[in-house]
Amino acid sequence: MSIFKRLAPALLAATILAGGVTTVHADDQHFPLQSYRVGPYAAGGTGFFGGFIDYLNLINTRDGGVNGVKLTWSEGETEYEVEKGVEVYQRLKTNPGIAAWNPLSVGIAYAMLDGITADKVPLITINHGRTDTTDGRVFPYAFPLLLNPYSETSGIVNYIAAKEGGLEALKGKKIAVLYHGSPYGKETIPIYELLAEKYGFSLVQIEVPHPGSEQQSQWLQIRQERPDYVVLRGWGVMNPVALSTAQRNGFPVDHIIGNVWSNSEEDVTPAGDAAIGYTAITTQASGKEYPVLQEIIKTVYGAGQGNLADQARIGSVYHNLGIVNGILNVEAVRIAQGKFGNRTLTGDEVRWGFEHLQLTPERVKELGAENLFHSINVTYDNHEGEGYVTFQQWDGQKWNVVSDWIAPDWALLRPIIEKSSEAYAAEKGLTLRTEADAENVSQ
Amino acid sequence: MDWFAFLFFIEVTIGGLLSGVMYALVAIGFVLIYKTSGVLNFAQGAMVLFAALTFVSLTEQGLPFLAALAITAAVMALLGLTIERAVLRPLANRSPMTLFMATLGLAYVIEGAAQLIWGTAVHRLDLGISNEPFILGGIFISTFDLIAALIAGVMVAALTAFFRFTRTGLAFRAVADDQFAALAVGLRLDRIWAAVWTAAGVVALVAGLLWGARLGVQFALSLVVLKALPVLVLGGFDSVLGAIVAGLLIGATEKLAEVYIGPVFGGGIEGWFAYAVALIVLLVRPTGLFGQKLVERY
Repeated sequence: MSIFKRLAPALLAATILAGGVTTVHADDQHFPLQSYRVGPYAAGGTGFFGGFIDYLNLINTRDGGVNGVKLTWSEGETEYEVEKGVEVYQRLKTNPGIAAWNPLSVGIAYAMLDGITADKVPLITINHGRTDTTDGRVFPYAFPLLLNPYSETSGIVNYIAAKEGGLEALKGKKIAVLYHGSPYGKETIPIYELLAEKYGFSLVQIEVPHPGSEQQSQWLQIRQERPDYVVLRGWGVMNPVALSTAQRNGFPVDHIIGNVWSNSEEDVTPAGDAAIGYTAITTQASGKEYPVLQEIIKTVYGAGQGNLADQARIGSVYHNLGIVNGILNVEAVRIAQGKFGNRTLTGDEVRWGFEHLQLTPERVKELGAENLFHSINVTYDNHEGEGYVTFQQWDGQKWNVVSDWIAPDWALLRPIIEKSSEAYAAEKGLTLRTEADAENVSQ
Repeated sequence: MDWFAFLFFIEVTIGGLLSGVMYALVAIGFVLIYKTSGVLNFAQGAMVLFAALTFVSLTEQGLPFLAALAITAAVMALLGLTIERAVLRPLANRSPMTLFMATLGLAYVIEGAAQLIWGTAVHRLDLGISNEPFILGGIFISTFDLIAALIAGVMVAALTAFFRFTRTGLAFRAVADDQFAALAVGLRLDRIWAAVWTAAGVVALVAGLLWGARLGVQFALSLVVLKALPVLVLGGFDSVLGAIVAGLLIGATEKLAEVYIGPVFGGGIEGWFAYAVALIVLLVRPTGLFGQKLVERY
């Protein structure tokens, strides 16, 4: 690879730091992006935001925008740091026609929550974020699309149960959860406890201090506990270190199940053969065989407009997550246009679109994403949208899907989520929204 | 304590000692610079990242292992020389705080340059050392960590011999003892500092390769300095031997604390426990266990 190609991402980042990527017009629909293309999490950031931009580019190039409304975006570098994310939010919020924010950072999303609620612009936290933001009655503008942390936990437990022969077979089993020492990592502690009690498995939850580059003592504890499965709820460098330390301590890798932020190529590649056989949950499959990916390759990369500097990363986990995120954002705009007209929409109108974002498997197929992701069914009070999950196993070169699409136990989880969100509403003095309230839209 | 509990205790201790050697590996880079110039080089972690990223990128472009190693060593030496010439020499005789801040800024520049030149992807680094453990008397011992400890041991022995038995090493020690006296007897301070920064670059390469093989070559490598700082406080900032002994102590202590005390606090204590130990030592013995005691007249 030439030095110029090596320098390309950095030059792109410099361009982004210097200003926007596309020219913003008042009659466009705009996506401000708090991206991170340098710093410790740049590998995830370049993949996700690259996929998102690639999809927006596809819609502009192939369709001329959404019903004639061009999609634009501007980027601000955050390096995944909350204060920089907030600064970028303040700087970019003045752009006209903002559809939604997509920071891909729990910390930045938390910091923006009050701001975007006052602005009446949706905040998308696909596959992450506070679990109780699922309750749209309390959080009208926050959307943890496809998968919140509780659903993820339920999906993982259901998968382990399926491997063992059913939920009944979980009785007497032991599961260890190795979690990142951060609010993100700790988010699922209570739901694992609840599921352990419900299904009769014993549970040990072990914290790994940030950043997780040293885990010898945690894995020795795991060896002493002798669990049947280890759930890896990691982030960044913690993931490959967990896999290689597991190997050093003789724990079988095919009994380690990764969560949704422990499921990328970047998480397994550094661990080498220690990662072969490792399984992780996902909401979107990897690979580039899906029609939408093929169109992006042909239309966007074929025209030299692809966002990834390294085209080998097309179809990777983060890239495909960005594409799915693009699909969900664009379809929310399209659905909102169906009600409010084919024009630039306000943030609140796009919020209405997200609250009617119902994509059946048939519609997903029409969008060229069959088997890339399953479906989504967002309503005014369910901002997650009942995303299905699947499991993929690493073979040393690529991820292979090893399960059907699995539904988390939403009925079990909903009362717990409502308890938390209603407590938040009481604390803040908020009135629970009704369906009629959700139909009131600011122009 | 039953037999299995005793074996487990031994296993935790051995695992901690081996981890401690890895911490010491990074700490030695700090010691080299501090010993001769009194500068706490905060950019050492960034140098570790730069070295590993350069090496792995060269091997991915098809260069044989030894060629990539030689080129990276040369690059690190050049980087060390450049830092000395462009940053430290112009700041000579400034306060230690000024020099420390300069290295802090340098850390960001080197991290940025590493990503600018080699990109942001995460890389696998395979040194050909097995990650599988071997079992000795029912105790799992990491082959990788053991070999890393051997490499660190060889490096410490070589550095100790260098400081004790070579003219350049003696000059280093003379500068460390008294810069003005060293100047008075005709030693070239600038050359010595250049040599020391070159050596620190090469130490960063060794640490980068071993840590890179453990973590993958990625930005988090620059954070390994966080593991070296308590080692430096405990061992003394100017003692190579101190770095090794303190590394072993910190490694074993934090692992034992995590396993046996951690559950009381809900786990996850090893990140701060090492600093708590270092803080206590700092209060009792400000120059660390092996640091040189300074007698100054005001």
